[in-house]
Parts: sequence; structure tokens; C-alpha cells
Amino acid sequence: MPVREIAGAKVWRRRTTGEAMLRWVGWLIGVAIFVWCWQQISASTTWFFVWDAPRIAGDIIDRATPPRWSYMEKLWWPIWDTINIATLGTLIALVLAVPVAFLAARNTTPSTWIIRPVALFIIVASRSINSLIWALLLIAIIGPGVFAGILAIAIRSVGFCAKLLYEAIEEIDETQVEAITATGASRWQVMVYGIVPQIMPAFAGISVFRWDINIRESTVLGLVGAGGIGLQLSGSLNTLAWPQVSLILLVILLAVVISEWVSAKVRGAII
Amino acid sequence: MLRLDKLVKTYRTGDQALKSVEIEVPIGQVVALIGPSGAGKSTLIRCINRLVEPSGGKVWLDDVELTALSSGALRRARRRMGMIFQEYALVERLTVMENVLSGRLGYVGFWRSLLRRFPQKDVDEAFRLLDRVGLLAMADKRADELSGGQRQRVGIARALIQNPALLLVDEPTASLDPKTSRQIMRLICELCAERGLAAIINIHDVALAQMFVQRVIGLKAGEIAFDGPPDALTPEVLTRIYGEEDWQATIKTDETAEEAVA
Repeated sequence: MPVREIAGAKVWRRRTTGEAMLRWVGWLIGVAIFVWCWQQISASTTWFFVWDAPRIAGDIIDRATPPRWSYMEKLWWPIWDTINIATLGTLIALVLAVPVAFLAARNTTPSTWIIRPVALFIIVASRSINSLIWALLLIAIIGPGVFAGILAIAIRSVGFCAKLLYEAIEEIDETQVEAITATGASRWQVMVYGIVPQIMPAFAGISVFRWDINIRESTVLGLVGAGGIGLQLSGSLNTLAWPQVSLILLVILLAVVISEWVSAKVRGAII
Repeated sequence: MLRLDKLVKTYRTGDQALKSVEIEVPIGQVVALIGPSGAGKSTLIRCINRLVEPSGGKVWLDDVELTALSSGALRRARRRMGMIFQEYALVERLTVMENVLSGRLGYVGFWRSLLRRFPQKDVDEAFRLLDRVGLLAMADKRADELSGGQRQRVGIARALIQNPALLLVDEPTASLDPKTSRQIMRLICELCAERGLAAIINIHDVALAQMFVQRVIGLKAGEIAFDGPPDALTPEVLTRIYGEEDWQATIKTDETAEEAVA
């Protein structure tokens, strides 16, 4: 924040001249890089396909409509599987996430130097791998099917739920904990009376939020053979059965809309 | 009954909050602890029930040396010390009844407390105390639905249901309006008299302290600067505790404020 004396008046500028020049050069370099990248991408694109894209897309839409409604009778079971994968996966994840979160939170972990890093590692490991990849690994281990899907969803969700939960634990009001401690309560009683009531809203919010995400994730698990509606989707795509594809996409859309509505209702009721 | 023997607390930052404090409180005596912010009042109270671990000296409650207790024995000793907080420190999302009963946690096993199956005599006592502090109708309300004064009454009931011998009270009126402040102070002092409890009350409001307590201790920078009856608080003494200021008004408000409330 430079202030200079010019003709007796104090002149204030946001930046000094040097800083302003530096920023200007920075922007110039940024724009130059952007233009250069654009050129690279353009050079490696087959523009014929891009120009052709609207026609092809129109063609697919043309073939995909109307959806083949009679195919629905084969979709009830897979969509039910999909919802079950999401729900059971979320439940398992929550059961595993609660202890991990308490071990990871700075104010409840028994040991900052050993246990907390382990808990944080579990969280990062679970979060860093997509559920589709977990599903591929699990199919190799326990074979294809719904169970692999449930486990893939569960493993992927543990980190997400534990991370949000441990952040909620770290943000609790410590004086309430202090007050319960001062009554002579044991460590576990302090947890049940001082901490748990404070994190309940966060816990409920995280659960329905993750369930909502998992409905969407479990619709694609079938692509790799982990059960659910994705199996039908990949089958229809491979046989170019476009009317079936459009019906499946509609069903998925409907399932996601309903899950969003449910989770919004539940969150509204809690907070 | 309570004896602090050369109590020292040095924080990890190097701040000396308490420098060899010696206090003795007999049974049934209500003591006000006054002093400027940062004088170590909160630290002193928390060193007694070891919410803050003292770095030196001893604390005796009757013939128990609190500073030497293992964690299990400390929990049992804490049952005899009720604590009341500035911002009430109720568990906001629990009901009034649960908050009051949480004062019995030191006496009740884990599973019973988890399932909220408190012994009937605890529940009876909770109702009796809620009636005494005038909140019987609120038993089923959630704590965050109450007003400040009501919350502090719940806090008092929670401390008393422990059946303590000593009350540790940290700024009970700092978040309350003047009238409610008086009611709360009066309630605390009445209850202490009824049950023969000793109490240490941290308080900023010197006039309010003078009105209700039998003894005042002034703390300044971790040392005792004054210890005597409330009448002995002269402008000179207040200057010694707080520093230079016109103290006439603070002490004189006594009668004028009484009229204002009436």
C-alpha cells in the first residue's frame, strides 16, 4: 500500500508501479500460454469428426427415441439392486467411519503421533481411489456381483464420511465437554453426553449426502460387472440398442431426482 | 475445607497465570474472586478440579489431596465439586432434564447413562431441583430453547444434583442482564446457605459481589492482592487490584441499584 508525496498531497495507490508492472507481465504470460495450448489441442484434433458431431448426435437421438418402454420389466430388478448397493454401502461406510473419525479428530484421538496419522491415512487412501476402480479390484478378488459393488461403495465412502465427521468433531464447543468432564463423568460418558449430541446434525447430514452421491455412483458400477443397472447400460451400449439406452438413462435420472429430494427433505428436517 | 497450598500454574507459552496462591475456605463460606481480566481467576477455579492441570503446589479438599489423585480417583473427587459456567455450558441439543441428570454421570454407570436409565431417586431429585430453581415446566424443553437466565438455572441444578460440598462458579452473571444477574447470584447464595456449601465465585461486577458474599479475594497478575470482608473494599483497595480509576461510583451503586430493581 504505497503512499507518495506529490506536490504536497498524499497520493495513495493500491500497488506500487513495480508491482503493477509485474502483475501485467504475469497476465501477459498467462494469455500467451493459453493461446499456445489452444493451438496444440487444435493441431491434434481431427476437425472432420467435430464438424460431423451434430449430425451424428442428431442421428443417435433419432434412433434413441422413443425409448423402448417394454424393456422396463427387465430394469426393475437392476434398479432395486442399485439402490440397495448404495444404501448398504453407505451403512457399512458409516459404521466404519465413526471410529476412524474419532481417532482422527485432534481433540478426541488417543495419540496424536501414532493413531491420528494412521486414521488420516485410512481416510486419504479411501478417498484417493474412485469407486469404479475399487470395484474392479474387488471383482478380481471376490468375483463379480452385487456384493463387490456394495464393498466398493463402502470403501470409497469411509474416507469421505470420516473426513467430514472428524472436521465436525474438531469444531465442537469445548465448554460443553468441559462441563460434562467437571461432573466426574468417565471418558466414554463425556463422549456420549458432551460430544455426540453436538455432532448429531452433522452426522445425519453427512449420511444422507453420501447416500445421495452413492445412488449416482452405483448406477455406473455395473459397467465393470459389480451389479446394478450399469450392467444393462453397458449391454445396451455394446449392442447399439439406443432405445434401451435412453430408457435406462431416464430411469437413472428419475432415481437420482428422487434421492436428491429425499436427502433434501431429511436434511431440512434435521437442521 | 478447601485449601490451596502454594498453587502455581505456568502455561506452556511461559505465562505465569498463578504465582504461589494460598487460600483457605471453610465449610459454608461463599467467596467472591475479583480481579482484572487475565488475572488468573478462571485458571484458579479450573486448577481446583483439575480441568487445568496445576504446575505446582497442592489443593486439598477436606483431607483429600486433589493434586495427587489418579484419574479414577479424580473422577470420584470431582463429584464433590459442582461447577457453574459463564456461558452456561449446557449441552444445547439435550433436554433440560438430560442436562440436569448429566450432573449424576459420576455416580451412574456407562450403559445406564447411555440408555438414560437413571435411578428413580436421581430423577426425583432432578424434579425437586428444577422446582427449586423455578423451571419445573421446562423439563422437556431442549436447552437451546431457554433464555440466558433460565439456562443458568439449569446449570445451577446440574451442579447441585452432584450433591457437592463445594461450588466452583466461573462468571455466572457475565452474559446476563442486571436484574437476572442479581436473581442468579441470590439463588446461588441462597442454595449455598440452605445446603451449607462453600463456593468460589469469579465475578467482574464488584458491586454485585459486595451485595451477596461474605468474603472477597482480589487477584492481580496471579497473586492475591486483597483478602477480606466486602465492606473493606475501599477505592484504595480496588486501585491496588485493578489499577487507577475513579472507584467511588462502583462501590456506591449499591443502594441506588437496589432501588432501581425495586
